[in-house]
Amino acid sequence: MNLDFSDEQKQLRDQVRRFLKENCPPAAVRAILEGDDQYDAKLYQGLADLGVLGAAIPEEYGGVGLGHLELCVVAEELGRVLAPVPVASTVYLGAECLMQAGSEEQKQAWLPQISAGEAIGCWAINEGTGRMKPAKVALTFDGKTVSGSKAPITDGGIADFAIVLAKEGSDLSLCLVDLSGSGVSRETLDSIDPTRGQVKLTFEGTPATRIGSAGDGWHIATQIMDRAAILIGFEQLGGADRALEMGRDYALERMAFGRQIGSFQAVKHILADMYVSATLARSNCYYGAWALSSSAAELPIAAATARVSATNAFQHCAKNNIQVHGGMGFTWAFDCHLYYRRSNALALTIGSLSTWESLLIERMSAGNVEAAA
Amino acid sequence: MDFNDTPQEAEFRKEVRTWLDANAPKHLEDELKRASFGSNGLESEDPIKASKAWQKKKAEAGWACLHWPKEYGGGARSAMERVIWSQEEGPYAVLSGLFTIGHGMCGPTVMEWANEEWKERLLPPLASGEEVWCQLFSEPASGSDLAGLRTRAVKADDGSGDWIINGQKIWTSGAQNSDWGLLITRTDPDVPKHKGLTMFFLRMDSPGVKVVPIKQANGASGFNEVYFDDVRIPDDQRLGDVGNGWKVSLTTLMNERLSIGSGMSTGFPELFKFCMDMEIDGEAATADSGVRSKLAQFAVKQSGLKYTGMRAISALSKGETPGPENSIGKLVAGATMQELAMYALDLQGEAGVVWDEDSPQNGRFQAMLMRSPATRIEGGSDEILRNIIGERVLGLPGDIRVDKDVPFKEIPTSGKAKA
Repeated sequence: MNLDFSDEQKQLRDQVRRFLKENCPPAAVRAILEGDDQYDAKLYQGLADLGVLGAAIPEEYGGVGLGHLELCVVAEELGRVLAPVPVASTVYLGAECLMQAGSEEQKQAWLPQISAGEAIGCWAINEGTGRMKPAKVALTFDGKTVSGSKAPITDGGIADFAIVLAKEGSDLSLCLVDLSGSGVSRETLDSIDPTRGQVKLTFEGTPATRIGSAGDGWHIATQIMDRAAILIGFEQLGGADRALEMGRDYALERMAFGRQIGSFQAVKHILADMYVSATLARSNCYYGAWALSSSAAELPIAAATARVSATNAFQHCAKNNIQVHGGMGFTWAFDCHLYYRRSNALALTIGSLSTWESLLIERMSAGNVEAAA
Repeated sequence: MDFNDTPQEAEFRKEVRTWLDANAPKHLEDELKRASFGSNGLESEDPIKASKAWQKKKAEAGWACLHWPKEYGGGARSAMERVIWSQEEGPYAVLSGLFTIGHGMCGPTVMEWANEEWKERLLPPLASGEEVWCQLFSEPASGSDLAGLRTRAVKADDGSGDWIINGQKIWTSGAQNSDWGLLITRTDPDVPKHKGLTMFFLRMDSPGVKVVPIKQANGASGFNEVYFDDVRIPDDQRLGDVGNGWKVSLTTLMNERLSIGSGMSTGFPELFKFCMDMEIDGEAATADSGVRSKLAQFAVKQSGLKYTGMRAISALSKGETPGPENSIGKLVAGATMQELAMYALDLQGEAGVVWDEDSPQNGRFQAMLMRSPATRIEGGSDEILRNIIGERVLGLPGDIRVDKDVPFKEIPTSGKAKA
């Protein structure tokens, strides 16, 4: 047994961290927050050139052919700097879905482009308010085209293709939609985290091809979201870790009552609790990384565990980072709110915290409690 | 990253299973599984006798104190092998509770600070469970502020070189069953508090030692007060130099946090099973969204602790030393256990107040509720552990210590008067 990344994987982490330090400073995140662009195109191309987007894509489809552990390492670093790029939509969800369930033709058409940074994807599952359930899907697929609306869709405004959950007869199917096709409209939505754009996507007889078998849509979507939950968990972990660091650094620098504020137990204990939540999340995410990389039978439970724990940690660290900073933490000038925004947006991506809490217990009830205990 | 056993680990696991299969006290297994929290709760046998018998059997076959060197009665096994052993030992590990302090804390301290002659005398019978040890550290006026202790050791005036001990210890786990004690005393009240301490070990049946069990909030009496009335200790039972006791105690304390914190249960598997079996409005409790949310939060803490432990073992097996970050084990487990027990009783409704054998899980949640406050205090309170994480892991400034450079006898001991 060895619950740790290898030396090579740690080297990759250092390499990606150096690259992001230079190419994704807080100013780059703010440029997206305050400007009109929906993502940092230059940074995204840089990540593609570095081989990051294709890390887990096989070489025969234009990828680098490393694996999911490497992708976990990268995800943590992207989360740490709040990289304003559509990696989760395109790689963790889009490429994963095509690799796991796509036809040979679909793979050939999109995976090389994804790896090269030439095609951005989006994951169009959600409809309406509340926990997403099969019965809520109203968008239809007639075998050739899709019609209906999906919202909110992360990166839907910049995406070249969408993976859409649709009603096909009385069943649900997943469809691949080329967004340059006819009858596509996109309506930009304001959100709590403008560094990750949200839109409403509407289709009117837009050409689409099915992914996997008819009626298998919900099943495939669930499997892909489990896999993505672990990768997004690593992004949350990176964000939590950075928020903790920011709080720690400020507590060392800021003086009050003639002392560094970090010497007050009231502040010290807030930071200790942030460390505790980040550490529990890290350990659960490592377990998830192993399950993902080995496609272990425990994957569904490991995914929900990592996801719940990482959501806890990022939200806890981001909100308490502001608390440690005091009033300064609530100003536009400090970066605390960037982490607070992202922590809350990621907590809702591919299903809210309560959805994943519920999934975890459903899965444990169905079988193997020992896996988590 | 790999969760599976390596071929060598699998081989070792097989060896352990074969031996346990042939030698474990199977007739006690059910009782041990039901054992209420904080005791081994045997009804059919004297728990002390059963514990000593199992330890002796393990020692004879080379399974005792797997983390100790062989020359002192240990197993000299790797970190991974120790984990595999404890996974396989399962419910029988409860029988080792009697030796936790001796094996985990006193033994390592003796190993580091005693001379060879004493090590050969003391360690093998400790490993084999023939002799039981306790740790005489806390005092009524010094719990978290351990270095504020007042038990005095002065040289006998008869020229023998012996030391005469007077004072009182408290919260001494297992003193009533112990043959030996590790004792920290004050030998010089004229210097700052950390500098005037000296460490000894002594026979618990020495004349002048009196052990008085303390009845606890949960009705049990695991802790004791220990009184010293002109107790004589020969100078060759001193560990480290006179005045160097604080440094010696750090060996014990570091091992204590590792020993108490590692592998603590939060009670989650029991709660989960209870919720699977129980119904709310005609459905399993686990179908209720409120219950699910609570259970999920307990589950991720339990698994987070488990995998944090595995990360520590992974680091240990690569030759890294466990550091202060291990403080999170007890911090999380203690608080979680208390909250979980409260929730389990809440689910039982008004019946939760009843604590008897017919209660769910044989009253285990009620037992946890009543024992868990102590878990959050013993071996470092939640607040002390947060300070350790804040200061030694995150590098934050230390608390201001107004007594640091003051001679011990001048430090105020109550809000009203000086010592």
